[in-house]
Amino acid sequence: MARRFSVTSQPGFVFLAMLTFFLLYLPVATLVFYSFNAGVSVAIWEGFSLRWYHTAMANEAVQEAALRSAFIAFIAAIIATISATMAAIATTRTPEYPGLTFKYAFINQPLMVPEIVTAVALLIVFSRIKIWTDYSGLGYLIAAHTAFCIPFAYLPIRARLESMDLTLERAAADLYATPFQAFRRITLPLLWPGIIAGFMLAFVTSLDDVVITEFVKSGGQETLPTYMLGQLRRSVTPEINAISTIFLGISVLFVTIFFLISRKKN
Amino acid sequence: MSDAKTAENPSKSANSRKIAVDVQGASKIFGTGADRVAALDNVSVTIAENEFFTLLGPSGCGKTTLLRLIAGFEQPTAGQILLEGQDISSLPPYARPVNTVFQNYALFPHMTVAGNIAFGLEMLGKPKAEIKQTVAAMLKLVRMEDLANRKTSQISGGQQQRVALARALAPRPKVLLLDEPLSALDLKLRKEMQIELKRLQHETGITFIFVTHDQEEALTMSDRIAVMSKGKILQVGSPREIYDHPAERFVANFIGETNFLEGERTKKGVKLANGVELAVSLPEGLAGKSQVTIVIRPEHARLTARAKTGLPGILRHVVFFGTDTHYHVDLDACGEFIVREQNNRGAAPAFKAGDKVSIAIGENAAQMLRD
Repeated sequence: MARRFSVTSQPGFVFLAMLTFFLLYLPVATLVFYSFNAGVSVAIWEGFSLRWYHTAMANEAVQEAALRSAFIAFIAAIIATISATMAAIATTRTPEYPGLTFKYAFINQPLMVPEIVTAVALLIVFSRIKIWTDYSGLGYLIAAHTAFCIPFAYLPIRARLESMDLTLERAAADLYATPFQAFRRITLPLLWPGIIAGFMLAFVTSLDDVVITEFVKSGGQETLPTYMLGQLRRSVTPEINAISTIFLGISVLFVTIFFLISRKKN
Repeated sequence: MSDAKTAENPSKSANSRKIAVDVQGASKIFGTGADRVAALDNVSVTIAENEFFTLLGPSGCGKTTLLRLIAGFEQPTAGQILLEGQDISSLPPYARPVNTVFQNYALFPHMTVAGNIAFGLEMLGKPKAEIKQTVAAMLKLVRMEDLANRKTSQISGGQQQRVALARALAPRPKVLLLDEPLSALDLKLRKEMQIELKRLQHETGITFIFVTHDQEEALTMSDRIAVMSKGKILQVGSPREIYDHPAERFVANFIGETNFLEGERTKKGVKLANGVELAVSLPEGLAGKSQVTIVIRPEHARLTARAKTGLPGILRHVVFFGTDTHYHVDLDACGEFIVREQNNRGAAPAFKAGDKVSIAIGENAAQMLRD
């Protein structure tokens, strides 16, 4: 028998793989490294210190922006997850009909439309609404974040629904469960991992959005990413590295939870 | 309509009992235009209370579709389904006092064994104490008391099968539908479960409608069998009736082995191409054809030395099967014929390949086919 082609046994494979990983993670590693710098430079090492972490934590503007980010992400992810769950059930539990594929495309539209286009569009629409209603609170940011979070919540939930054994719902109906009871007792409990995964993904996506937030936010509505962007325009100290590192930690945590949950079968 | 005729030919035992399920001219058509497929074509059948009734046929014959119509997962395109005299055709599955054992069991993976069995009772809004009592009784009935608190993923296939049965029986349905429930089990377990199913049906007194493509399963377990093909019921009868008196070629072919002989219809019976005339039993709804086919089971014939009576031929092969021996005979002018004889201890076969032999046909052994 001929040996099957194996990419891992090709000459130079290990070298190339190592190089790729190195290039991928070098910038992030550098950023994390200098967050522990005792000096004021982001390029000259002057010894280990947690100084910039203390500074960042004590910085009221950072605290405020971080809390605002978390608040927006939490509310937007919840609304997006609920909408996505309903959309996923509607698109997987109805018999196929012409136009269903279009609906998938419509739900996933934010993944395809360039973010800058959505941002500009929202800026124009929201400024009009602001004039009409005189309201300039966080609602605009929450609405915008909800909109682009929906596909991120939708995809894992839909995947979960599609892999679910349909005879389970049928068996529930056979055992006298009304459609609502079958949903509450069978579909929903089995769907939870998908819903939680969808929420995590939506939350992280909202948390690190810059472009749309930058366009939509009113004065005094800095989120953590837009605050960091603003800081970079002025002076750069390892404080920004420290904030980034914390941010990175939170994102990694969420994405890890997402993977663990979505990998769990049944 | 030939379907109606076979359907109204119940065995004596079914006649005296109350009717549990009455399917009246049910059709189910999938697709439209050129893709139109009749999964079920104007089927009528009555199933008596406390009967073990089997729908037997190859895949795609419509047996599962009929089961789904009774369960309520599909709506009939035409016709009615009556449960104890009431039309249930338009009721959703959760409003029908009918439960199903699914082919893949469909146990709820996030619930325990006991939780699965309690589900139907909870949905019916039974009091807690009663649910507890019934679940305990069901666990005992299927001999699963020790595993009540296990998750369904932690038990074996045979045990899952028992839980599926207990879950479907717990609400005491009027009819239990079983959709090829044994097909996922290995041979030994399947044999055990066949006996188990008969015991459960006997102890609960519930009407069982059993779907299978396995003819042996159908013959050993059923009170009556409906043989289905291409969306129609071809014949309904007791296992013995179906086996001994198949009405159509498909039925004769699908169940057991058989010999087909062509001949011409006479007053006494059938005259074969070799001139021999045989007395035959006639099927229901026989058309007035002159050219007919008869069937004779291999074990209903006997091999003799060349004689004046019987069908003459030459023995071609002798095949030893352990419990019995098959003799393949080339008949004069009538094609091949297989005779099966039980092996007696120590006795060598009386004939060898090449011998001139005759085949003696037993009384009532020949059955004429309708088609």
